[in-house]
Amino acid sequence: MDWYPLINSLRIALISTFITFFLGILAAYYIAKTPRLIKGILDVILTLPLVLPPTVIGFFILKLMGPRGPVGSLLFDLFQTKVVMTWYSAIFATVIITFPLMYRTVRGAFESFDMTLKYAGQTLGLRNTYIFWHIMMPYCKQGIIAGTVLSFARALGEYGATSMVAGYTPGKTATISTTVYQLWRTGDDLLAYRWVAINVAISFVVLIAINFFERNYKKAGGKRSQYNGLA
Amino acid sequence: MALHKTAIGPHGIRGVRILLSVDIKKNLGSFNLNVSFEAGNETLALLGASGCGKSMTLKCIAGIEKPDEGRITLGGKVLFDAQKNINLSPRLRRVGYLFQQYALFPNMTVLRNVVTGVRDNNKAQARNKALEALELMRLTGFEDKYPHQLSGGEQQRAALARILVNEPEILLLDEPFSALDSYLRWQLELELSQIMASYGGTAVYVSHNRDEVYRLCDSVCVLTEGRSEKKTRVRDLFDEPATLSACLLTGCKNYSRIKRLDDNLLEALDWGTVLRVSKPIGQNAAYVGMRAHYLRPVDSPGENTVECTVERVIEDVFSVVVMLGTPGGKSGYAQLRLETGKDKLTSFTQSNKILIYMDPGDLMVLKE
Repeated sequence: MDWYPLINSLRIALISTFITFFLGILAAYYIAKTPRLIKGILDVILTLPLVLPPTVIGFFILKLMGPRGPVGSLLFDLFQTKVVMTWYSAIFATVIITFPLMYRTVRGAFESFDMTLKYAGQTLGLRNTYIFWHIMMPYCKQGIIAGTVLSFARALGEYGATSMVAGYTPGKTATISTTVYQLWRTGDDLLAYRWVAINVAISFVVLIAINFFERNYKKAGGKRSQYNGLA
Repeated sequence: MALHKTAIGPHGIRGVRILLSVDIKKNLGSFNLNVSFEAGNETLALLGASGCGKSMTLKCIAGIEKPDEGRITLGGKVLFDAQKNINLSPRLRRVGYLFQQYALFPNMTVLRNVVTGVRDNNKAQARNKALEALELMRLTGFEDKYPHQLSGGEQQRAALARILVNEPEILLLDEPFSALDSYLRWQLELELSQIMASYGGTAVYVSHNRDEVYRLCDSVCVLTEGRSEKKTRVRDLFDEPATLSACLLTGCKNYSRIKRLDDNLLEALDWGTVLRVSKPIGQNAAYVGMRAHYLRPVDSPGENTVECTVERVIEDVFSVVVMLGTPGGKSGYAQLRLETGKDKLTSFTQSNKILIYMDPGDLMVLKE
């Protein structure tokens, strides 16, 4: 059995989760501070990929990054390389599609952050970067982990946009989801079942992980509210 | 331990030197904050009802919020000046802010919480300072505990340890007991009053609780809908409040509109009686106030004696509250509240007439 689709799916999901992790946190942190109107507008734009069909996203990426698109042609002129129909093309698609999940989860966590902790840190003379990394991030840890796991799971299962921008080339751009579709199309049920089983197993692990973090999150929240009640 | 270094001068000069000077304006939507006061080496209370802008004033001093106009100085250092465009970052203001919920960092142990408060980059020294402060706050043995594992009192002491190692030039206390039940409140108040006494520096204490202010503070500045009144000694505020809102904040329940008749004589319009007062009545006097505890039932009529009707007798845990109707009011409508010891319960019977004496020295003449 050729394991390439598994390896390819995992590396796409890992790299795009890594990128989304920082982009999502950055966006959540700065957008939480903007005035209400701008926040509302940015929120709609950044959440759009969550509700748009992946094919629409794929369409936009192709129009932009394709050989005749503005970004695609520029990159070709500069590096003599095309950025669609390669294994890493799928990363563009998965980053855009998973971004809203990360952004929204983290923003929710940041919004529940007790701002008096930040003020306390400031009056004690702590720098904002210290407050962010040592007080705010640990406080919002559970939400950030939940957002990351969710993004990873979504990236792993991405099909629509990926199949459009990366296509299906065995051993080159094939992912688990595109492979399952291809195997069903060619009637190779046995192999299709195997990949389905692998996919279900991975999803299982991820969902258990999410539930685990959510439970801990609630527990930590319970602890916190108890602490506030005492104070 | 540099706890006392922060207080400028010995206790002897309390109230002499001005350390904190605040004169700010800020639009808060529903009303305008317009606060002006000065504090020396003392504990100054900002007393006012909820939502009157007390906490906002503290936040402006700390630099968490920015006033629209005005100036704040602390010990010769300008913290904020709208005209000169100065707005010092909270990190550089050196204020010790005790938050309502203490704001201990929940992910850090007690020791690390205190260590982060030390403005000294030397790790070993910072640790030693923190340990010393914890010992001073009787928290030795709690170093490795997390904030949620501490009781309310321990949390407060940990927060104070963190503030004191930070060597602030002023303490800002934001209703430290607001979220507590009465027993714990009393315990923590006792502890805080001891700590404040040993601290000896300037402190601004925000509260809506007149009893706390009376026990813990030296002087008081009353805030009504964002406006500050003239700063007075705490005893003076309770003995001779100048305005109706200050009088009500000090817990006075009875007041009436007045007509000035003479230097010492007034007509209480709502109570329907003429009363003599011991102090001269100013031209801008508008109300008279009388504390519920000072109303005295008497047997014979005379000056400052009003015939009232007992409208209701309410038995409290250790006292009796009697609601009285006066000649100035409609029948069935009580305008006076009398409070007395429970042993007097039998002397009040519903709908009976009763004579009430108001001592001229107890009557407080008030401005609008």
